[in-house]
Amino acid sequence: MKMKRIIAVVLALALVFAFAACGKNTDDPADPTPVENNTDATPVAFANEGTIKIGGIGPITGDLAQYGMAVKLGAELAVAEINAAGGINGYEVAFNMQDDQGDAEKSVNAYNSLKDWDMQMLMGTVTSTPCVAVSAEAAADNMLLLTPSGSSIDAISAGDTCFRVCFSDDNQGIVAADYIADNNLATKVGVIFNSSDSYSTGIKDNLLTEAAARGFEIVAEEAFTNDSATDFSAQINNMQAAGAELVFLSMYYTPASLILKQARDIGYAPIFFGPDGMDGILGMENFDTTLAEGLRYLTPFLETATDDATVKFVTNFKNSYPDQASYLNQFAADAYDAIYALKAASELANVTADTAASEVGDLLKVALTQVSVDGVTGTAMSWAADGEPQKQPRVAIINDGTVAAA
Amino acid sequence: MKFLSQLISGISLGSIYALIALGYTMVYGIAKMLNFAHGDVIMVGAFVVYTACVKGGMNPALGVLIAIAFCTVLGVVIERLAYKPLRQAASLAVLITAIGVSYFLQNMALLIFGSDTKQFSSVVSLKPITLAGGSLTISGEIVTTIIVSVVIMIALTLFVNKTKPGKAMRAVSEDKGAAQLMGINVNGMISLTFAIGSALAAIAGALMCSTYPALSPYAGAMPGIKAFVAAVFGGIGSIPGAMVGGVLLGVIENLSKGYISSQLSDAIVFGVLIIVLLVKPTGIMGKKINEKV
Repeated sequence: MKMKRIIAVVLALALVFAFAACGKNTDDPADPTPVENNTDATPVAFANEGTIKIGGIGPITGDLAQYGMAVKLGAELAVAEINAAGGINGYEVAFNMQDDQGDAEKSVNAYNSLKDWDMQMLMGTVTSTPCVAVSAEAAADNMLLLTPSGSSIDAISAGDTCFRVCFSDDNQGIVAADYIADNNLATKVGVIFNSSDSYSTGIKDNLLTEAAARGFEIVAEEAFTNDSATDFSAQINNMQAAGAELVFLSMYYTPASLILKQARDIGYAPIFFGPDGMDGILGMENFDTTLAEGLRYLTPFLETATDDATVKFVTNFKNSYPDQASYLNQFAADAYDAIYALKAASELANVTADTAASEVGDLLKVALTQVSVDGVTGTAMSWAADGEPQKQPRVAIINDGTVAAA
Repeated sequence: MKFLSQLISGISLGSIYALIALGYTMVYGIAKMLNFAHGDVIMVGAFVVYTACVKGGMNPALGVLIAIAFCTVLGVVIERLAYKPLRQAASLAVLITAIGVSYFLQNMALLIFGSDTKQFSSVVSLKPITLAGGSLTISGEIVTTIIVSVVIMIALTLFVNKTKPGKAMRAVSEDKGAAQLMGINVNGMISLTFAIGSALAAIAGALMCSTYPALSPYAGAMPGIKAFVAAVFGGIGSIPGAMVGGVLLGVIENLSKGYISSQLSDAIVFGVLIIVLLVKPTGIMGKKINEKV
């Protein structure tokens, strides 16, 4: 009798484990979720069997979701277009975007689950801080990492397989300073930056260096941290008292929206200028767009531009995502170009579905320096061996609640 | 002029700290417990106003009233479910429970509203005041916050010192057992304390998010901690102390940002707190308590 019971228990346990194992196989969060081919109704026949797997990481939820969602949609659009045209080297492209909420730890977890999915190359991460952590992992694995928008210097400094589509902070700080000097926007400039964020500090440092070279004066330099990102009255008062004619907002748009409001509250109206992190400010829920009137920011992508690549991208984006047009911004464009750059490099290096990730890293790090991609964020984009793109940013200005070329 | 505008911003920030600190000090004074979930009740209050006014298009005054009612009920429910069963337990157990409630509220808000920051519309329709020929502007939110904090502080002081329920509250605070023997409903009094504290939290939430219009599930956490510091600074348990502590904290924080370093301001604020506590361990207006041995 007792024996029977033991056997029953053992059998029951075995069953449970068997089910658990089954569940793991089918419900694994890292399971492939290839992008649906939504541009063409008839299924495309691919010349070769198998898929080329591109991973993506970014903040699809959270404070920075505006960036992550834009990257996701931009990349998915490029993948759908490429698949409709026969894929890369005749292989279907699978794209799998994982959420990191802009957090370094979650980002590394996302990277590991993408590796379990057998990703061959990574388009990510979207923001700089997680990218620093993930690029260290990628360099150790010899994984090719192409970040669409991670612009801090150290985001791709971990190894020679790390590249970026957007311009670096170096470039943003310098170009912003040059723009101020070239256009005689102001002679007295104030800078507000987030001292707990490497994106923010990096741009500020380079702006200060270039300002000295270009001969305009930095009259006030004020910091805040993630923990004190609500009250900016002291910083703004100092800007006003120092007589800053232009305030450079070296940060992302969430704190910037508060600064714009608090500056208006005390009746202070300088020229506001910022890096590409300002992109998306108009898409914030319930944001009073009149606050951002006249705000200038660096951007490589303007929806209103009339060149062929931009027109094609804008039209296809709007057709594919009619309800999500607010995500049509430079991050979507960066991601779109990133996927096309990976395609061009993969074709040059003849990457197949069976090429191992580490081998892809070796092939593409050479191929990316040899390609010339005519993209949305710039024509004849190419890369230096250190991973930096070769192109110049443009400046946008907000007029009557819409973005125009400055 | 710069000093004056820094001072006014400091007082405004301080009034918000004071408003939150009043809730902390009220609950600590009567129930002798640190309600660390107070900051998150503020966040809930702000979200109720956001839902009613921004999403539902209601009148701001009506929205604030709904938030007050909602938070009052929430405060009483939290007290009944989480703190009342622990009335006889060690104070550490209650403290940990309060932290648990704080995380619970944050995560509920995350589930319902998501973690992206919402832009809050001001509930204050007062026009900004311009002084000294336009070189000094004080926003309507700042004026309202300062006035509301002072009015609430006076009303609370009168309530606790001059009314019958106030007297009963003070009795409960002094000796629960003896108060019960005198026929005071101890549980009722503690519930009333939580109801008042949470109603204040709703007002603080609406005013805080009107001045700094970014609302996220974590919006209450940092101001909650700062307000707790303000309450300790002024002498926890003392109602005028919370007001004084809050305003001083805001002014010190803003002046050190404005004149010393915007990176070191938090270090300076907490440094001042340590010095005050070294010199006067019960806070600026705290009463000295002689323990009978």
